Amino acid sequence: MKRLDKFPKFKSSDNYTKSKRTLIPEVLREGEVKFFTNISDVFDYYNVKSEMTLSFHHHLRNGDYVLNLVCQEILSRDIKNLNFAPSSIFPNNEILSKLIENKNVTNIRTNYMSGSVSKTIQNGSLDGLLLMDTHGGRARAIEAGEIEIDIAFLATPQVDKYGNGYGGAGKNACGTLGYAISDLMYAKKVVLVTDNLVELIENPDFDQKYVDAVLVVDSIGNKEGIISGTTKITRDPIGLLIARKTAQIIDKLGLVKDGFSIQTGAGGTSLAVASYLKDIMKERKVTGSFASGGITSYFVDLLNEGYFNNLYDVQCFDLDAVKSYHENPKHLAMSASKYANPYDDPIVNRLDVVILGATEVDLDFNVNVTTDSFGNIIGGSGGHADTAYGAKVTIIVANLLRSRISLVKERVLTITTPGEDVDIIVTERGVAVNPKRQDIIKKLKNSNVNLMTINELYDLAIKIAGKPEALKLKDKKIIGAVIYRDGSLIDYLYSK
Amino acid sequence: MRRSLLFIPSNNPGMLESSSLFGSDSVIFDLEDSVSVSEKDNSRNLLVSFLNSKEKLNLEVVVRINASDTPFYHFDLEAVVSDKIDTIMLPKASVETLHKLDKDLSKIEKEKKLANKIKVIPIIELASSLIEASKIAAMLRVNGLLLGAEDLSSDLEVVRTEEGLEILYARMVVVTAAKANKIDAIDTPFTNVFDNDKLKKDCKFVRGIGMNAKACIHPNQIEVVNEVFSPTEAEINWATKVLIAKEEAEKKNQGVFSLDGKMVDKPVILRAEKIILKAKKYKLL
Repeated sequence: MKRLDKFPKFKSSDNYTKSKRTLIPEVLREGEVKFFTNISDVFDYYNVKSEMTLSFHHHLRNGDYVLNLVCQEILSRDIKNLNFAPSSIFPNNEILSKLIENKNVTNIRTNYMSGSVSKTIQNGSLDGLLLMDTHGGRARAIEAGEIEIDIAFLATPQVDKYGNGYGGAGKNACGTLGYAISDLMYAKKVVLVTDNLVELIENPDFDQKYVDAVLVVDSIGNKEGIISGTTKITRDPIGLLIARKTAQIIDKLGLVKDGFSIQTGAGGTSLAVASYLKDIMKERKVTGSFASGGITSYFVDLLNEGYFNNLYDVQCFDLDAVKSYHENPKHLAMSASKYANPYDDPIVNRLDVVILGATEVDLDFNVNVTTDSFGNIIGGSGGHADTAYGAKVTIIVANLLRSRISLVKERVLTITTPGEDVDIIVTERGVAVNPKRQDIIKKLKNSNVNLMTINELYDLAIKIAGKPEALKLKDKKIIGAVIYRDGSLIDYLYSK
Repeated sequence: MRRSLLFIPSNNPGMLESSSLFGSDSVIFDLEDSVSVSEKDNSRNLLVSFLNSKEKLNLEVVVRINASDTPFYHFDLEAVVSDKIDTIMLPKASVETLHKLDKDLSKIEKEKKLANKIKVIPIIELASSLIEASKIAAMLRVNGLLLGAEDLSSDLEVVRTEEGLEILYARMVVVTAAKANKIDAIDTPFTNVFDNDKLKKDCKFVRGIGMNAKACIHPNQIEVVNEVFSPTEAEINWATKVLIAKEEAEKKNQGVFSLDGKMVDKPVILRAEKIILKAKKYKLL
């Protein structure tokens, strides 16, 4: 992997338009698909060795066994200095900590991480670098050859005897496999790992022409683990208050009309926004064109009730979404590239509005979803920076105060999404609009929306909760960086 | 003039801090039933610290103190009465206890040199209070009656039901006593905080018999309560038309006039004026 000084510094979110798309040739299989029943045989056959880059997808989320299976084999062989490029890392991948401490894995490039692995990395155990991409940025980096994958180990809920793969069926069906498509097309070797081998798949997510081998195992994971956070509308009064305000704002901006498109996260407040919007859509008989992103049962219901024409799904957040993907032709898969790669005319550019969260926002509207207020890595961009750039209106919904800690800071600890792409911050105590968006301010000015400047919001939070002592992270060791979707370095990551 | 009054337990700092955010017309900081006996002193101290830590909240601040026959009553009054509050809510109210409260408040107001006179909302939650309701409603400082159906049911030895037949008489008495004295008739809270459809049905029913406000025990109830107790768009349009017609009739020196084929006289005009007053207060115009 590149060293940090090789990454250009972030300039602006549309800087990518100054460069052309770089595409390495797709890697097609030569010869027949090989079938294995033992991970050790796969390692032997492809001669897995030091300095290689291994990739994984995270569609089984916290129920994934495949990354862990590969880790176990690496440990038993004690292969050193590998590079890992999983699309995300979850708490159940804690075995990775052992590999980091044991110097089996020395560089990691991923889009999101939760759980104990980040602690291991932040205590300085990773010899190389931690690079954190966006979902669209990872797809771009793979197709550009910036992330050179030697072997992609792709968990696949169903595989046929020709090597085609599908995510919507099988005992561990996880739905769409959008994050793995770039790995599939550009990895030097692709190994599908499955627990469900069938005769024929008619509409595969993975085309066999890219697949080198199939490893059949007892289990690729536990599909219950894909359920992401809460899939129910919040009952928290503050969350509902924020959601109601947000829906009112979207309405006042004139966005709720036929053809309307939206993306929200899976949290209870985001779903509450969708619920309030549904009421408005119902009253006005509005049909949206699509909802996108990670899909939950709530959006499946909206599709089935006719509120949207399509769902564009990059990953399923619950089992109802998996079922819908399998059964409903209007529930469409999209690859990470089609979702968010700046050079692939992505779906995010067609969004009217995106509802996003934040751990911190600063006076320049920069947003942090990578670290908490103590500097611990607790997430990552995922599609945050991608959708914020693409959507016509980007709204951050968050409590101004959480346990007496202000959302709004003078400076965020880590920039995940640049302020130039963030339009509106909706909190329980006031709404701040980015001064860049005078059009929005004009539309909201004479309404009952409690408009404040971001400085006023900050002052209010400090008045209530007091000003916390600043963390001095800059004195710590740089352990990696946040890489913006165009491949530039937008911020550093530090040890703890 | 109120639609919604939100109860907030005074022993919860987070809830105190966010109490004014939910759009209720009044907030009731509770020192009584939602605070256990062992927590009474701490809650009182917390509430006073909270109120003193900021400017007067931008909505009516009510404090439900403990009843006058408890050892906490005097401590509550001494501690919370200040210019940071508007109203005291008195549990198990009677003519006698309200006289006592008036005297105690007058003394504290004088000692603390308060700018405004503290108002009182008595809770009608005893069978005896129900009998005295019209006298209670007519007392000094009283600007609203709250029906406390849970305690009243206990006193009446009846079981509370969702339909509320057992409290229908009490509701009627509270409405009549309040309206005879031109003060708010405030309905008992709807206790199922998970069913806002039923809450709405309950609100519509009590609005139909004359209640003009409802106490809430969860912030998620406020939107429904405000909606039901606000004048509707049709009512506002009707009232606007009546008042325009009234102005024109006055120019022609007509005391009684007709609008859309119906006679309009003083009671109708008063009703229209009340609707417009409410619509303005609740920013519906």
